[in-house]
Amino acid sequence: MTRYFSEDHEWIEVEGDLGTVGITDYAQGQLGDITFVEVPAEGASVSKGDSVSVVDSVKAASDVYTPVSGTIAAVNEALADQPELVNTEAETGGWLFRVTLSDAAELGTLMDEAAYKSYVDSL
Amino acid sequence: MNAPNASGWRPSMGEAGEAKFATSSGDYGLMLEEALSFELGSADKCGVDIDEPSRAPAAGLSKFLRKSTPALPGLTEPETVRHYTRLSRQNYAIDLGPFPLGSCTMKHNPRLNEKMARLPGFADVHPMQPQTTVQGALEVIEQLADWLITLTGMASVAMSPKAGAHGELCGLLCIRAALDARGETRDVVLVPESAHGTNPATAAFAGFKVESIPATPAGRVDVAALKAKLGPNVAGVMITNPNTCGLFEPDMREIADAVHAAGGYVYCDGANFNAIVGKVRPGDLGVDAMHINLHKTFSTPHGGGGPGAGPVVLSEALAPFAPLPFVTRGADGSIHLVEEENAAEGHAQAFGRMVAFHGQMGMFTRALTYILSHGADGLRTVAEDAVLNANYVLRSCEDLLPAPFADSGPCMHEALFSDAGLAEGFSTLDIAKGLIDEGFHPMTVYFPLVVKGAMLVEPTETESKAGLDRFIASLRSLAERAKAGDESLHSAPHFAPRRRLDETLAARKPVLVWQGEPGIPGTPSLSEIGGS
Repeated sequence: MTRYFSEDHEWIEVEGDLGTVGITDYAQGQLGDITFVEVPAEGASVSKGDSVSVVDSVKAASDVYTPVSGTIAAVNEALADQPELVNTEAETGGWLFRVTLSDAAELGTLMDEAAYKSYVDSL
Repeated sequence: MNAPNASGWRPSMGEAGEAKFATSSGDYGLMLEEALSFELGSADKCGVDIDEPSRAPAAGLSKFLRKSTPALPGLTEPETVRHYTRLSRQNYAIDLGPFPLGSCTMKHNPRLNEKMARLPGFADVHPMQPQTTVQGALEVIEQLADWLITLTGMASVAMSPKAGAHGELCGLLCIRAALDARGETRDVVLVPESAHGTNPATAAFAGFKVESIPATPAGRVDVAALKAKLGPNVAGVMITNPNTCGLFEPDMREIADAVHAAGGYVYCDGANFNAIVGKVRPGDLGVDAMHINLHKTFSTPHGGGGPGAGPVVLSEALAPFAPLPFVTRGADGSIHLVEEENAAEGHAQAFGRMVAFHGQMGMFTRALTYILSHGADGLRTVAEDAVLNANYVLRSCEDLLPAPFADSGPCMHEALFSDAGLAEGFSTLDIAKGLIDEGFHPMTVYFPLVVKGAMLVEPTETESKAGLDRFIASLRSLAERAKAGDESLHSAPHFAPRRRLDETLAARKPVLVWQGEPGIPGTPSLSEIGGS
């Protein structure tokens, strides 16, 4: 399993051709208390960079962009009742959706954990 | 800079603050608590004397007879009046002090407007009355339409939209109709990051795909990025000018020319028109459609103070598609409403209607009163004072609160600060809540999104220098406390009728119905929703 990060503060953990996507702990900290999460429709075909999900916090509604192209394989149903999971477990239980990758080469455009950490430090 | 507000008035709070002991009534002096109307009322009381029905209801209606008492609070008239008056004393209003909400233009509502709107010929007319009996009211609509066209340099105006976002929808539906007439199916609307939040929502609601245009480091539209997005799928662009960073978009003409060359239309969000009224005509900037919030620029009451009105001015290109109705003057001098698509009067292509009747008569009367009482020179002064006041706030506070675009030149009608530089753990929310303790309504917070921890202050043109100095002194004092790490700010407000509310719980588990009486169908109990 390998984890990648985007400049828009999404993480994706890839196992085979299946990627699990969420927002990073840094992102949830910036957004503040999450009040609602809109997840994509299962089966939807998405392209890298598409706005596929919305995270509402007490401060703002923020788009979440898919870091890879593919098909939405699953969504995190638990977020409907517990949007706070994105705050408490941003990079584990607060995942947003799973996507079946159509082009694994896109992962090459993303950052690894060390690169993301220095990216965040530079902000 | 000298100590701010050195000679300004400051209230002496004395021993105010936490109550020292409980009173038996729950009220503290003139700080009045108030129960919910359901808790005050009872089913045996009524504010009016209703006769017992003299005969049984018609047979066909009997199946609709109520089987139980309706769940109404049951209050007498004096109880009702006191209930709402007591609640109003816990609230804040533009008649009490500044309301510095950025991009909202919460300015004074002149009393002359109210006097005119209450004239029976305006206040007591009915939209179904014969038009010959409401010629004066129709003339108000006609005159206001003329003024809006003149002030904006546009070809036409649709008067009926009832609010800013409704006006945006009207503008986009005009664009859709114009594209249909051209036989084109463009489906993308470009919206800069510095636009009002309603703009992308409106575009999506109207069935367009929204693509975002980034802002430059100077807080303005990235013209090169916008031009790169133009193409055969772009129906148009929605630009807020002045934008939500409080800055004028000087490249508007260049943007409009590029959009037009690519076959698109330019929608301008006119919510911030008070900063440029009498100075700039949007028609000269190449705008095709712009709504004008009468409840902002033209001082009609805002929000709960009364219905809004958002007339939309239109260019030659979009005018034929404007929604009905229209006020037109006949050859004999009489005014009538065009209510149907009508080729003879140039409205064969109208896209339909936005509202059932003719718009907000009360708002039209107030706005025209405001315009006529100011005159052209007075309206220019409105824009000058709006800009002057905002720059005064900006320059008076930028040494304590970072102003991200202070180097981009003077701001327009609103000053934008960020919470960078406050002590660790302190943010915009603490400043906003602290302002409540200081006796002010907070500014707009965390918007625009392009600035982290944004504080958007629109003082408006109707605040005096003395009033601004009081606000500035409070804002500076709060910034100093937040920089020094004054923990008491985290629990502000301390002196308001309610302390800091749990906004997260309110958003996650909203309680939207009265919880007092179990057994009303559909009413969840407090335990079910996790409240207490």
